[in-house]
Amino acid sequence: MDLKTIPISAWLGIVSASLFAFAAIFAPLIAPYGMSEIVGGVWEPMSSKFLLGTDNLGRDLLSRMIYGARTTLAIAALATIVSFTLGAFLGMAAAVIGGWADQLLSRGVDLLMSIPTLIFALVVLSVMPANILTLILVMGILDATRVFRLSRAVAVDVNVMDFVEAAKLRGEGRIWIITREILPNALSTLVAELGLRFIFMVLFLSALSFLGLGIQPPEADWGGMVKENKDGIIFGIPAALIPAGAIALLAISVNLIADWILNRTTDLKGGRGGN
Amino acid sequence: MGLALRLIAQRVSLGILLIFAVSVLIFVGTQILPGDVAQSILGQSATPENLANLRKELGLNEPALTRYFNWLGGILVGDLGTALTSGTDISTAIGARLGNTLFLASVAAVFSVPTAILLGLIAVRFKDRWPDKLISATTLASISLPEFFIGYLLILFFGVKLGWFPTVATVYSDMSFGARLNSVMLPALTLTLVVLAHMMRMTRAAILNVMQSAYIETAELKGLSSFKIIWKHALPNAISPVVNVVMLNLAYLIVGVVVVEVIFVYPGMGQYLVDHVSKRDVPVVQASGLIFAAIYIGLNLVADVISILSNPRLRHPK
Repeated sequence: MDLKTIPISAWLGIVSASLFAFAAIFAPLIAPYGMSEIVGGVWEPMSSKFLLGTDNLGRDLLSRMIYGARTTLAIAALATIVSFTLGAFLGMAAAVIGGWADQLLSRGVDLLMSIPTLIFALVVLSVMPANILTLILVMGILDATRVFRLSRAVAVDVNVMDFVEAAKLRGEGRIWIITREILPNALSTLVAELGLRFIFMVLFLSALSFLGLGIQPPEADWGGMVKENKDGIIFGIPAALIPAGAIALLAISVNLIADWILNRTTDLKGGRGGN
Repeated sequence: MGLALRLIAQRVSLGILLIFAVSVLIFVGTQILPGDVAQSILGQSATPENLANLRKELGLNEPALTRYFNWLGGILVGDLGTALTSGTDISTAIGARLGNTLFLASVAAVFSVPTAILLGLIAVRFKDRWPDKLISATTLASISLPEFFIGYLLILFFGVKLGWFPTVATVYSDMSFGARLNSVMLPALTLTLVVLAHMMRMTRAAILNVMQSAYIETAELKGLSSFKIIWKHALPNAISPVVNVVMLNLAYLIVGVVVVEVIFVYPGMGQYLVDHVSKRDVPVVQASGLIFAAIYIGLNLVADVISILSNPRLRHPK
């Protein structure tokens, strides 16, 4: 691939998303202080000692941001994996099997999607134990409905192609047809969607943590950090805006990358106009 | 009118069916724990007597089907049960809060809908020129911003630094309309910014779609000004998709309200739901979850009905 063809906006996205990923992976090495170590006064301003100031308990905000990147990105990524594996597999299976199985799955997904995701997540979380596994599963399963619709739509198109017909006549099983014939042809669409789903997960997780129903303290995550520091806002202390801004920046970066991938894949297919 | 009426009747009955299905789903969703609700409310350290008492109080000893129909029967006559944590009547509590939430959402809708349509028209008029590009760029940024980022930014600038609006949206029952409006200004502005970009972009796409029709070219060749073409020829034909977009975004407003109400400590449905999720007060969560879902389904239904009605081919079948 020619690096020069990547537009400047996509470069910005790639650079800043990589910085976040780098911070997440090497958190213990680059964080100046420990995650829950109290190192100074409450809400100290930015200084050379505390680059982003301190939080509501006097912990270094930069260190918590770096550890928070780790938690937020890891959980969002795991939930995206759950959502994609489940959604893509069921979507393609529905398209290949057809008939009542397709009807059952599709109507079930319609039903799940008729309730706003956040509301349904709140209903389920009110009875589930508050831990990370529950969070990942709830977020992953609810979001799998979107991936299901997309992959079913793509798979229905591919399923009527001649090479799939040939594979069926050869006597290949459904698993083979899904993994060897349909998946490779649906992959480019799914990859473009991957970025958007990941961002949705980051925003979803942050919203849950902000509401106090996501990751529980003392573990650091961006949404939770906004909640911890929100009382400072009324006194003009912007500490809560730093994690909130980080979420926004990450979301914009990934959107820029996804936009570029989407444009690229449409160009490859001959383009369907710029709108 | 016959065909349109039949379609609408079909759509409305589907909507009602959907609400019933959702009520089942919400009920089942709160029963899927391996243990039961009583256990999760009281925690691991609960004594067997406490558990047995709470189970009896919640009616957990009856079969799930009986409980579901008792619950549903109550809802149909407006009885949503009593809250576990406070023992108060849920219908009364929700009555006051639902009004507050709808007020906030309506103010946000009044701000956002005309602005979005106007900006959409401007983007179409100046397609591929700087106003359009600027609007597109802001859209990308604003769909990426979490509600709390916008909310706290507004609080910091307009509430704390400039002191124009209150930072906490308190409302009480005997407040004048003006005072109430002033106190929901910042939350309404936050919601507006959250939905504006998406609504505007979809409006732009809907009108652009119509702009490719042959009669638009005729209008251009007639020498009409571009705003007149968009306003008189493109917009009426784009109404159905635009209304659809507006309704979907209003449905989103109702959901976005949950986070925004928590940011501004606004006494509405969203705050009520979130508070009781963390207290694990299942009857309240079921009731408010169902109300949110019903409003969401209702708005989607209205969107479909309007798009059926605005289609002349369905209104006057051959």
